[in-house]
Amino acid sequence: MKKYIFTVILAASLVWGCSKNDEEFLDRAPTSILTQDQIFTDPSAVLSLLGDLYNRYEDFGRLDDWASVADFNIAYWSEAGRYPEFQNDGWGFGSWSTWNYGYIREINLFLERCEEATELDSSLKSRFLAEARFLRASYYFEMAKRMGGVPLILESETYDFSGDASYLQHPRETEASIYDFVISEAEAIKDILPTNADSKSRATKGAALAMETRAALYAGSIARYGATTPQVSLPGNEVGIPASMAEGYYTKALTAAESIISGEAGAYDLYNSKPNLSENFEALFYDKANNPEAIFVEDYKVGGGKTHDFTIKNQPRFGAEEEEGGRINPSLQFVQSFELLDGTYAPLANEVGGNPVYYDNIGDIFQDRDARLAGTVILPGTTFKSKPVDIWAGIVLADGSIVSGDSRGQEKTLPGGTEQVQVVGFDGPIDGLEFTAQTGFYIRKYQDPNTGSGRRGTQSDVWFIRYRFGEVLLNAAEAAFELGQPDVAAGYLNRVRARAGITTPLTGADVDFDRIAHERYVELAFEGLHFFDLKRWRLAHIVLDGNPINETEVIQNIGVATKRETQPYGIWPYKYHNPGDPNDGKYLYKVSRLSRITGADRFQFGNYYSEIGQDLINNNPKLIRNPNQ
Amino acid sequence: MKAIFYILIFSALLLVTSCSLDNFDEPNAMFSGNIVYNGEAIPVARNQVRFQLWQPGYALTAPIDVAIAQDGSYSSRLFTGDYKLSFVPGQGPFRTPSDTLFFELTGNKAMDIEVTPYYMIRNPQFTYATGSINASCAVEQIITGTDAKAIERVSLIINRTLFVDANSGDEGSLAQVDAADLSNLSNLNLSVEIPNDPKKPDQDYIFARIGVKVAGIEDMIYTQVQKIEF
Repeated sequence: MKKYIFTVILAASLVWGCSKNDEEFLDRAPTSILTQDQIFTDPSAVLSLLGDLYNRYEDFGRLDDWASVADFNIAYWSEAGRYPEFQNDGWGFGSWSTWNYGYIREINLFLERCEEATELDSSLKSRFLAEARFLRASYYFEMAKRMGGVPLILESETYDFSGDASYLQHPRETEASIYDFVISEAEAIKDILPTNADSKSRATKGAALAMETRAALYAGSIARYGATTPQVSLPGNEVGIPASMAEGYYTKALTAAESIISGEAGAYDLYNSKPNLSENFEALFYDKANNPEAIFVEDYKVGGGKTHDFTIKNQPRFGAEEEEGGRINPSLQFVQSFELLDGTYAPLANEVGGNPVYYDNIGDIFQDRDARLAGTVILPGTTFKSKPVDIWAGIVLADGSIVSGDSRGQEKTLPGGTEQVQVVGFDGPIDGLEFTAQTGFYIRKYQDPNTGSGRRGTQSDVWFIRYRFGEVLLNAAEAAFELGQPDVAAGYLNRVRARAGITTPLTGADVDFDRIAHERYVELAFEGLHFFDLKRWRLAHIVLDGNPINETEVIQNIGVATKRETQPYGIWPYKYHNPGDPNDGKYLYKVSRLSRITGADRFQFGNYYSEIGQDLINNNPKLIRNPNQ
Repeated sequence: MKAIFYILIFSALLLVTSCSLDNFDEPNAMFSGNIVYNGEAIPVARNQVRFQLWQPGYALTAPIDVAIAQDGSYSSRLFTGDYKLSFVPGQGPFRTPSDTLFFELTGNKAMDIEVTPYYMIRNPQFTYATGSINASCAVEQIITGTDAKAIERVSLIINRTLFVDANSGDEGSLAQVDAADLSNLSNLNLSVEIPNDPKKPDQDYIFARIGVKVAGIEDMIYTQVQKIEF
């Protein structure tokens, strides 16, 4: 009897357990995903989605990847694992390629779904749409810079599972048409986006115009200078822009730049907040409070979950907040290319007629130079976070021999001395010892002066400036120069140069191609732009020609755009020790060739445009290979 | 018990027989030869110049890169089949045949590919004289007229190993020097000092070759590598 009771209870619970509301009971809203309806009715949800698209913006130089801003021998990399980068002879054809059509598709989907949304405020909706178009144009611009012309996909596509995917395979557009797309998008959205110079991390009218001027300038220079390298082009113009189009692009670049300069897009101006011009130039990159120069940035926030380790990787090793730092060591060639304050070029005066020059203070050799030098580079004898750096390579004795050490701040007994003295700085330079200033310099640009920025637990929230007013001025100058208006160019250059403390203004007659190239080299160094300058001027294969640099040519041809940049050099300070001599205790400098640098970089014609991978070509046989690969 | 025995036998048979379905024979045809001008091999830098072989008739076509060795020879082991051969535009210090070459490969095949270099280096001589290597040569211009290209530099390159070229960093060159005077191409003289080499201090021989860099052409044309004993 007992076992029947269980059966009956079981049967009863099964019967009563069902109800006619079962479907309702099981139909639960998922708690882990948001539906399209939920997102596109709520402005803050749309903004989060857009934030994700902003986060995936592709930059060539990034603060969270320190090496990406310091490539092409503008600096030596003081990290043992990176020495091989200076021992090889160039780059693979696949380097720097980017092909993220997943990102494009998601922007396209965003645009389509946001367009359909009915419950969003119309002005808000049009701003969201314009921002997404800005991001899409930015990424197409990035692809054009690296890959040349690419397929232009402006709507989301779906596979129909018919077994034939050929309708999804699109051929490459011409390089010019991608630039045209970027320019026309910028024109179309600039008046929809807000005119607000205080909005830095979201797209504004200023950002759209800054993108337009850069894109038009790049396209114009590819058209003009591409004529010097006919090998770097494809018959269908997927790579290469006809020279006849140069004029039109330069005009667009100048117009767009001038609308920012005239204040049409908001109150942008050069950053000029500090009396000391070097400190001013340094602060331009970390001052987020009141910065009229930054136009569009990637922002970070300590405590907000988005930080980067640029300062950890590059802080001076002596007094560093972690047991590392000092990775980017700007090269001698870069340091000496900063002009004297009167606007002339000069090598660092370490020798006169073969005899060393003795300086009372360690930093005196760098005096009276362009203020941007000390704002970009941590020089011997300067400070970071109020702590002096200790960069000196050894002690030179009366007979010219050198006493030095192989660990940081090592002590030794000098000949004739009785007690041990320090014979090398705590920041080196020591050849081959990572994290010391092996060229004699550290980088200052983008380093964060806040306490804790060099700690792994805190990190830095200095923003990365993608577009800034200084670059816009230089874009205008270059475009004006190429359009045969050197006086206009000189005017824009002088604004940038006056901020750097250079006392002699340029006249129109002084402006030539080398001037333009030089100004961009020193002003925009370590901002991820130098590489594209080399590419669009078709100078990369000349500057990086695979030949080593010898010690006489390294200090020659300063300010010449075609100067070889295949290897970085250093210059090391030494203390002179000769009791009784008037020069005792003074400093002298020696040019140094680092022993770990054995290769000389060679940029091949096939490097101008990155390789489109075989897997991509297999998926889409309509893609044409880039030239010389 | 018997059933398990049969299953075991059957699966063992499957294991040993089924693989032949998706097995290919290994490539067995050797394709080799030289890049020549009038029958003379054209030396280039190692692994810098290449041509591509395509095998038409398959859905997915990818090129087979064949690199040219530094003595101007090449070789590639391939499957039997029909191939077409083409140079990548801009590759090599020579004007390549404009037509695509088609050929059928069965077994071994030797084929010299005739190209027209911009220049040829004639009569290279290398001698050792205390601490340095002296060399002389003549440079003959082959392509003249509208397609002619100027010489950018002529270099003498030495290395401790058999691999000598100007582009492979310290792997390819121990030292190199450019000719100072290019006015008389029929008699060029170069001299390079042998640097102190910490890796091979006791080596009593060295390898040398001369290279010509043509303006606007990436790859250099060389002489054959010469071993110089001293």
